[in-house]
Amino acid sequence: MSRIHVRGGHVVDPACGLSEPRDVYIADGRILAVGEAPAGFTADRTIAAEGQVVAPGLVDTAARLREPGASRKGGIIPEAQAAAAGGITTLAYPPDTRPVMDTPSVVELVHSRCQAAGAARVQPLGALTRNLEGEYLAEMAALRDAGCVAVSDGGHPVANALVLRRAMDYAATFSLPVMLTPEDPALAEGGRVHEGETATRLGLPGQPAATETAAVGQILALVEESGTPIHLGRLSTARAAEMVAEAQRARLPVTADVAIHQLLLTEHNCDEYNTEALVRPPFRTAADRDGLRRAVAEGTISAICSDHQPHDPDAKACPFADSEAGLSGLDTLLPLALRLVDEGLLSLAEAIHRVCLGPARALGLPAGTLAPGSIADIAIIDPRAAWRVTPESLRSRGRNTPFIGWDLAGQATATLVGGRVAHPGNEAEPSRRQL
Amino acid sequence: MSVQLDPQGQLRHLINTEGLPRDLLTRILDTAESFSEVLGKSVKKVPLLRGRTIVNLFFEPSTRTRTTFELAAQRLSADVLNIDVATSSTSKGENLLDMLRNLEAMQCDAFVVRHADSGAAEFIARNVAPGVSVINAGDGRHAHPTQALLDAFTIRRQKGPLEPLTIAIVGDILHSRVARSQIHALLGLGAGEVRVIAPRTLLPRAIERLGVRVHEDMDAGLEGADVVMMLRLQHERMQGALLPSEGEFFSRYGLTEQRLERTHPEAIVMHPGPVNRGVELDPRVADGPRSVILQQVTNGIAVRMAVMSIVLGGQGEAPTGPIEEVAG
Repeated sequence: MSRIHVRGGHVVDPACGLSEPRDVYIADGRILAVGEAPAGFTADRTIAAEGQVVAPGLVDTAARLREPGASRKGGIIPEAQAAAAGGITTLAYPPDTRPVMDTPSVVELVHSRCQAAGAARVQPLGALTRNLEGEYLAEMAALRDAGCVAVSDGGHPVANALVLRRAMDYAATFSLPVMLTPEDPALAEGGRVHEGETATRLGLPGQPAATETAAVGQILALVEESGTPIHLGRLSTARAAEMVAEAQRARLPVTADVAIHQLLLTEHNCDEYNTEALVRPPFRTAADRDGLRRAVAEGTISAICSDHQPHDPDAKACPFADSEAGLSGLDTLLPLALRLVDEGLLSLAEAIHRVCLGPARALGLPAGTLAPGSIADIAIIDPRAAWRVTPESLRSRGRNTPFIGWDLAGQATATLVGGRVAHPGNEAEPSRRQL
Repeated sequence: MSVQLDPQGQLRHLINTEGLPRDLLTRILDTAESFSEVLGKSVKKVPLLRGRTIVNLFFEPSTRTRTTFELAAQRLSADVLNIDVATSSTSKGENLLDMLRNLEAMQCDAFVVRHADSGAAEFIARNVAPGVSVINAGDGRHAHPTQALLDAFTIRRQKGPLEPLTIAIVGDILHSRVARSQIHALLGLGAGEVRVIAPRTLLPRAIERLGVRVHEDMDAGLEGADVVMMLRLQHERMQGALLPSEGEFFSRYGLTEQRLERTHPEAIVMHPGPVNRGVELDPRVADGPRSVILQQVTNGIAVRMAVMSIVLGGQGEAPTGPIEEVAG
């Protein structure tokens, strides 16, 4: 294992309260020191990071890789490589694969493909219920032994509150964090856009904000009683964020994340039947977006994720009702998070916290920090590297994003996973992103 | 909705009445007026679209609407091809874009599209070859522009200019493409006031942003109205817990002779058809002197001729002077 000296970068490590120019020394896949070189340290490789930000590698709480089950849309290897190129060193892979990650065999497949990729770490999330059907518990202990770090409803909310309560309790028995997507299926009633002006104008069935808040209320009632820690994924309403803040003030063990695009877009991005802006949960009002931004700034929402859902072109090239939800987000998570810094919503350290330490803690992982002794998962970021989002600029197989045409700043110039340079790869890649 | 207009502001597709300039809306109605005269003659055909091919592409069965489009195209001497997709290839898994490419290869000039999904007509318009036009014959809950235009045409014929008129639209606004298109067409033509009347379960959120006044009480909503436009109520609304029964709906929102007394004494009553008698309308009102429901059907042909001729006719000018009739 090589010894690496990352030289002259601006180190941002919220876990250590650090944000200043420092050198980083790596050996045997771990951070050896930050600041002064350890006695006798000789580097096999020096990475010049002058003018760049050296941060913990990004941790993404939700990225679909489409394997097994939909390899025309993605694949573990290409998407894990796209993640590494985007500065992401760990991503949580929800269990709604086909077959579902409810048995160790699927988890083992994901692990072996991940190792072959040699890029971002892929952490499979085990299914909370068998086949995600919300009826029977999945074999969570076996899933944990197979390497699942957490369990999740995989975007298929458990409709029966009694089943949900038991699933939460059972997961807690094995210290597995529970990741839930709050949605009341009956209130959604097939509505795929926010029930508001755009839905009315376009004649699309809408889903009210209560689709989310009713589910959050139910989940919080269960947490209040059981004390089981849960993580709420992909909030879309301001009211849900307020409910989480109230629960946190009452010292309930609740964390939450938001998809980065929910902090930037609204229901109006679906105008003219723009299928690229069809996401789940849907984009809501400007007031919701602003409420979510506040909650991120205040720390109620401690994680920002990509909610990466790559698609083949056919999935979006059809009328809205037939179109599939989700956008390709691995390539844009980092620059869009930095955009929140440019907009004055977050400090650089806060932004790094929300995409590194916050999500790592939600997943119960010891990642997201550069503290000596930590695994050397590092993103070296040029925050000023400007690029325009075009289909060709994306490394993910999924080219489906409403951010096409946006001018962004920020990209990972190097990504280290376990002290190994996972990006850029050995083959010289043309710097296709420069404007 | 710029997909409808070409860079010169001419109507290339008709997808919705939303955002259409007032002079364009007026021109469509004026053109329909001149065709209406043709339809009163014994030879009801003009050669404006001779040699052009119009494809009725119906993904949702609708004999009535398709027949009026077919008749309108024939009156303009166009060739008409009816494709009933409800029983055709997309149900066999053929991609909609592939299907369009295949149809375009047959060198047709326009598609008249009816589809159960909101936005389907706009999607097709954005993906057809240059030179091919799309006319929306109803897409999901979104729009039914020719119905709205024929309604506006009927109102103008019966009541004159729309500026002083108060128009009430009653019934299932939530699921109605007709209501949405009527609102945009009537406001676009300068109607004085447009109201929507429905129970809260059948009112879409933020409907007032479209420029209408919302009434949940039928009697208050009808007060002084010059035009009452009733909507069709689908029977399945009872299953979705939107309404308890057709009987209760009729008791609160059905148009009876008694309720009609609230309106302007010369108010007209309209309905896009087919009427559920005793659900939306008391039969005595449907068949009564205020009803213009059959005139709506007749006007539908002239308005669809106008839309086809403007979309396909290049200049899109209303025919001036006597229209050349087809011999024999």
